[in-house]
Amino acid sequence: MKNSSRRGFMGKAFGAVAGVGAVASLYAMKKTWDPLPSVKAAGFTTLDMSVYSGNKLVTEKWRGKPIFVLKYTPDMVKKAESDPKMKARTIKIGNDYFMITLGLCTHLGCIPGYNADDHSFLCACHGGQYDFSGDVTKAPPPRGLDIPPFKIDGMKVVLGEEGPEYKKMLQDGVTLRA
Amino acid sequence: MAHFTKATSLHDWLNQRLAVDTLRRVLAKEYWIPKDINFLWAMGMVLAITFGLLLVSGIFLLMYYQPNVHTAFDSVNYTIMKEVEFGWLWRHVHGVAASVVFLIIYIHMFTGIYYGSYKKGREMIWLSGMLLFVSFSAEAFSGYMLPWGQMSYWAGMVITNLFSLGDLHMNGLVEWIRGDYVPGQAFLNRFFMLHVLLMPLIIMALIGLHFGTLRIPHVNNQEGEEIDFDEEAAKYKAGNKKESKVIAFANDFMAKDMFVVSIFLIFFFYLVFYHYDFAMDPVNFDPADGLKTPAHIYPEWYFLWSYEILRPFSTNVGLMAFGFAQVIFLLLPFLDKSPNAKPAHKRGIFKVWFWVLLADMIVLTAMGKLPPEGAFSTIGFVAALVFIGLWVILPIITKMEKEV
Amino acid sequence: MRELKILVVVVFFTLVTYYLVEPFAHSQMHKHFESEGFAYKDLPDLTKKGDAARGKDLIMGAGACAGCHGIKAAGMPAPMDPTTAAQSYGVCPPDLSNAGAVYDAKFLAALIKNPAHALMVEHKFDPAKGKVHPMPGFYGAGGDIDQEVADMVAYLQSIAPKKEELTSEQAFELACGRCHADRYMKWTQIGETPKFKTKQDKLKFELALADYQTALKNYMGKLPPDLSIYIRSRGEHYIKTFVENPQNYLKGTAMPRVGVNAEAADKVIEYLEESGDYKVKVAKEGDARDNIAPRVMFFLLIFALFAYLWKKEIWKELH
Repeated sequence: MKNSSRRGFMGKAFGAVAGVGAVASLYAMKKTWDPLPSVKAAGFTTLDMSVYSGNKLVTEKWRGKPIFVLKYTPDMVKKAESDPKMKARTIKIGNDYFMITLGLCTHLGCIPGYNADDHSFLCACHGGQYDFSGDVTKAPPPRGLDIPPFKIDGMKVVLGEEGPEYKKMLQDGVTLRA
Repeated sequence: MAHFTKATSLHDWLNQRLAVDTLRRVLAKEYWIPKDINFLWAMGMVLAITFGLLLVSGIFLLMYYQPNVHTAFDSVNYTIMKEVEFGWLWRHVHGVAASVVFLIIYIHMFTGIYYGSYKKGREMIWLSGMLLFVSFSAEAFSGYMLPWGQMSYWAGMVITNLFSLGDLHMNGLVEWIRGDYVPGQAFLNRFFMLHVLLMPLIIMALIGLHFGTLRIPHVNNQEGEEIDFDEEAAKYKAGNKKESKVIAFANDFMAKDMFVVSIFLIFFFYLVFYHYDFAMDPVNFDPADGLKTPAHIYPEWYFLWSYEILRPFSTNVGLMAFGFAQVIFLLLPFLDKSPNAKPAHKRGIFKVWFWVLLADMIVLTAMGKLPPEGAFSTIGFVAALVFIGLWVILPIITKMEKEV
Repeated sequence: MRELKILVVVVFFTLVTYYLVEPFAHSQMHKHFESEGFAYKDLPDLTKKGDAARGKDLIMGAGACAGCHGIKAAGMPAPMDPTTAAQSYGVCPPDLSNAGAVYDAKFLAALIKNPAHALMVEHKFDPAKGKVHPMPGFYGAGGDIDQEVADMVAYLQSIAPKKEELTSEQAFELACGRCHADRYMKWTQIGETPKFKTKQDKLKFELALADYQTALKNYMGKLPPDLSIYIRSRGEHYIKTFVENPQNYLKGTAMPRVGVNAEAADKVIEYLEESGDYKVKVAKEGDARDNIAPRVMFFLLIFALFAYLWKKEIWKELH
């Protein structure tokens, strides 16, 4: 009947309008779950690269995770220059060379230990090993230590921002986005 | 094992397992409501929607609120209001809804009183409704503690002090309720538990009961007419909708309900966006300070009439009057001795009784907010006496009522 | 028709209750003071035209201002750190760089000559009772004192930012910030809370702040309250009229009359609104309260319209 179909139509139309309201509230609800501005602002850490000493591993913090900073000695620089994979992972700041990576094994997330005499990392959990540029040298880790987004600013490095050097590393497949 | 056949559709599949058709028939399509009603009959649905708004906004506030005496205030006024996206919206919806729900509760209650919807088989509807009023009051009070402002603290202090019961000096009981000598961390945490878990569960159970108590007596109508629901339902089902005295809950009653709800929502969100200060008292924007009482303490507006009955008398008399005021509404079905379940305008003196009660409660509400000095305290005292007097004479005047 | 009557009755009683409980009750509970528009009518008008160059000589010389006050705009740092200053004088003497923009000229002139009088704290600092205001009054450098004071004010105005360029932070920090913290804006009485590298740095700062607040509490009688949410607990009108004359609202209070001009008062309100109101900066313009509100109201009108049309369709068969 014409009447009942008109009734049915109005009912469905009203339902549709109500649905629009429901979807709009879902939008507000989703945004309420978003991390707070103070959390996102804490997502940037600035490192002063002039304070580090050669071959001394220092662990910093970024977004709650450990960050390995290792300054190269001249010997280490020579070794890295001769190995293309190591060279790609090395970060030059001023006249110094550094390894800057997440201090988490890419296998299952333990924190590897650094052996300064041997210039290598060993992860105690399952025996994975990395060289001093963070590249993996012994299984089971599937890839080298991840490099965090970084931006060089004079002698400072801002972790959390993506500078041109980092972008190149992503492009060349040296690291995955951490 | 019940017999199941191969389903012909999704609907048939659900029907065989959940009897959805029967449910729809019993709860919606053939749940009969009188046709002779006005928009006041939609207040129940408006309350359900408002309760829903409180629940949803409460869920999102709960994500960020911290029930700790050191961080509660800032978790609300800084984190939620300024940092959380749409935090301001949930907070203002919650505060305005907490106030407006009581306006609707009072309208709903007085509608029931006016039309005699508490009599002749509907006593349980009234009782479960009054228990809902008490539960919502407990929910509102416990919620008000949470921002831990000056009003939160001092309302907590004063209301728990009531339980010392005057000259009975039951200080041990007061300390037990607080979990400490004064309102502090223990107090805040347990009222947080009440507000977020226990009271909502009780309220939802009571709502279920309230709906259940409606089924057999059926919803009342504007003239208080006793309707033969089976006869009228038969007319409706035969297609004679215009002559039938009943309508179906779905979609007849719902459509009218939804329209009233939509007007309510315009009024409600206008308050939320443009006029919310009445629901958020400025005194509560001072963080709680146990060493400083604010110059003016008062409860939220919906408790003022009750507060004013306590105030004018000496401690013990005041407590008795206050206790009287809390329970007397529950006794309405049993104090009203008249045989008439009719609207007040057909009940002679009862009509006067109704309007005097309404006016008296508004006077009590106003005096409860005003400083208890001079003319205000005198008017409040008289209004409190009138309130008690009204309930004392109710059995008398209703006994004398002629049958309509 | 009957439904309309019922609606009118319900709305009537609701509005009566609202009126009595809100506007009426609040008018009875709180005294209302009219603002004098920062006119400082009780203080004498400035009669002399000031010369900034002469004023500079006086401020650096006979005025002895630089003995307690830093003037960063003139390259002069504060003689002491805030905590030591508070422990010496009770409160930290403000840097005078912005004073010419924030304070009313008449007020500044009166303040230089008689601080306790201009600040309206003579009930506390009464020389007869042996209590003198920590800032000494200026008794002149041998010439016409009114001319000298006008010159000093002119100098302060010359080094200060123009009124239109004064930021809300500058206004708040000078007018209020030495006594009042604002944690929502990360402001403490000794400066904005810095980001700490080490735990020791954090503790050093907190210790300096605690010492400052103790000295301030002893000086004022109690610690002045944190103003984070005062815009909501007190409101613009109260704050402005309070700042104009604290004695009106809190007789006997130790809070001085601040002496801000009308523009600086507006800037202070702006700061407090950013602190306590939720007109916050949002990630997306469309999510701001001012944008959401009209859109929701518009949606609800459409919602009501469709609800009405549906109701009419259903009830056509029932009436």
